[in-house]
Amino acid sequence: MAEEYNPYNPIVMDHFLNPRNMGDLEDADGIGEVGAAACGDIMKISLKISDDGKISDARFKTFGCGSAIASSSMATELVKGKTIEEALKVTNKNVVDALGGLPPVKIHCSVLAEEAIKAALDDYIKRHPEKAALVAEKKHKA
Amino acid sequence: MIKVYLDHQSSTPVLPQVYEAMLPWFSEYYGNASALHEQGLRAKAALNQSRKQFSEAIHSPDPESILFTSCGTEANNLAVKGTAYALQHKGKHIILSTAEHPSVENSVAFLERQGFTATRVSVDSQGFINPEDIRAAITPETILIATHYANHDIGTIQPVAQIGEIAREHKIQFFVDAAFSAGWLPINVQEMNASLLSLSPHRFYGPKGVGVLYKNRKARLSSIIHGGIQENNFRSGTENIPAIVGGGLAMQIAENERETRVSRLRVLQEKLWKGLSEQISYICLNGPLPGENRHPANLNVSTEFIEGEGQLLLCNAAGIAVASGSSCVSKNLKSSLTLTAIGLDITLAQGNIIFTLGKDNTFEQIDYVVSSFAKIVERLRQMSPMWDAFQKGNISSVIPGNPK
Ligand code: FES
Repeated sequence: MAEEYNPYNPIVMDHFLNPRNMGDLEDADGIGEVGAAACGDIMKISLKISDDGKISDARFKTFGCGSAIASSSMATELVKGKTIEEALKVTNKNVVDALGGLPPVKIHCSVLAEEAIKAALDDYIKRHPEKAALVAEKKHKA
Repeated sequence: MIKVYLDHQSSTPVLPQVYEAMLPWFSEYYGNASALHEQGLRAKAALNQSRKQFSEAIHSPDPESILFTSCGTEANNLAVKGTAYALQHKGKHIILSTAEHPSVENSVAFLERQGFTATRVSVDSQGFINPEDIRAAITPETILIATHYANHDIGTIQPVAQIGEIAREHKIQFFVDAAFSAGWLPINVQEMNASLLSLSPHRFYGPKGVGVLYKNRKARLSSIIHGGIQENNFRSGTENIPAIVGGGLAMQIAENERETRVSRLRVLQEKLWKGLSEQISYICLNGPLPGENRHPANLNVSTEFIEGEGQLLLCNAAGIAVASGSSCVSKNLKSSLTLTAIGLDITLAQGNIIFTLGKDNTFEQIDYVVSSFAKIVERLRQMSPMWDAFQKGNISSVIPGNPK
C-alpha cells in the first residue's frame, strides 16, 4: 500500500474521519458547551444519564480542528458506560493517551474535550441537585 | 485516486526542461563561481547568464542589479534589514502595510526591537493599500517604504507604481515584495520605481534553494550575511549554481508563457469561484473579485460555521491539496496577518481555505474540487454546533449581505 501522509497518527485520523457519537441527544440529561480561548473553537457534549448514575449515551458537536474533532469523538467513547464520578475523573491526558498522542500545539484541543465533559456533568448535577449529594457522599466514602 | 494540487502559492513543480538544465551543474560542472579555473569560470558564466534572464524578465537596467540569495525570505530580510542598516544614519523610520508577508513584517518587528520605528498603513476590506496613506505616513526620518505587489494570502494587486512615484518624490528607498507575483504578473522595476524587489523562483516552476533580490544601482544596502565577497559583497556564501541556473530558465519561460498561462488561469479562477459560490451557502470570497485587481492563481474563501483545518484535512483525504489561514492551522494559533488586516470576522478567518491554481490544472479538476468541497463543507457543518445554532436561529450569519 502506498504510504499515507497525514499530520496526525492513524488513531487520530480515524476518529477525525469516522467520528464516533457525532450529533445531539434528544432530551439529554446534561449538556456542556465550551470555547477555547487559544483559538476560538467550540465543543458541545450531550449526555444521557440513567437513574443509577451511569452515562448511557454521549454525543458531541465540534467547531474546531481535526484534533478537536478526534478529541471529542474519543472523549464521548471514554465516558460512555462510566458513572458520573468516574467520568469526572477523565482528564485531557486520558483523551490524548487513548488517541495515541497529539502534536504539542494541539494539546489544548483535548483540554476542550475534558472541559466539555465536565460542563455537561455540571449541567446534569445542576438539574438534579439530589444526585449532587450522592456524588459528594461517594467521594466522601472513597 | 484523483489528485488535484491547488497550493501553487506554497510551491510549484520544477519544469522538466528546468530540471534538465540543472542536472549538469551537480556532478559535471561543480566549480565554485569564485574560483579562477575552468570549472569556476564556467560556473561564473552560468551565474551571469541567469542574472541576465532575471534582469530581462523584470526590465532591470542591468544584470548586475540581480543578487542571488537562498530563498525569497532571505531576499526580503536582506531588503528590509539591509536598507535599515545602510541608512540608519539618515533616519530610523520604516513604512509598510498591515498585510505584509511574515518575512517582511517580522524583519521590521526585529528592527523595532533595535530602536527603529515603523508605521503600518492599514489595508481596506479587500486588502488594498491606499498610496495616499503611505504619503501621509512619511516623516523626515523615513528611510524605507516596503510593500508587496500581490498579496500572498488573498491575491490583492497593489498600486505599486503609484506608491513608487510617492517614494521617488520623497527620495525614499522603495522595496517591493514580488515573491508571490513574479512569473504571473508583469514586472517592470523601472516603471514601479522600485529600489529593491524580491522574487521566489520555486513559485513559478523553478527550484527551491534560490531567491532573487533586484537592487537598483542607487539603492543603499548593507550585507546581513558576512563572509566572502560573492554577489558584489551584498550576500556572502557559495552560490547554489544548479538552483540559480534552473531559476533563471524558469523565469525566462514564465515570462515567455505568461500571457498564455494567465489567460487560462483567469478562466479556471472564475470557474472555481462560480462553482463554489453556487454550490455552497454561506461562503465568502476574501480579497477582490477575480479580474485585473486579483492575482490570477489565488482564490481565498471562508466558509461560515466550520473551521479550516478540518476542511483542509478532508480535502487532503479527497486528494486535493489546499492551504488555510485558520488559527488552528498555524503553529502560533493566530489567524493569518492578512485576514486580520482586512478586518475579517474571527469566525470567518477560522473557516478560511486558500486555493492557488497552477498552469496544469484542468476544468475537470475544478469540477471535482467544487463537488468534493461542497460535500466536505456539508459534512463539517453537520458536526458543527455553530451551524446548529444558526439553523435554530440563535446566531446570525456574519457574511455581509447574507440573510440573517
Ligand atoms: S480547535 Fe483550534 S487548534 Fe484545535
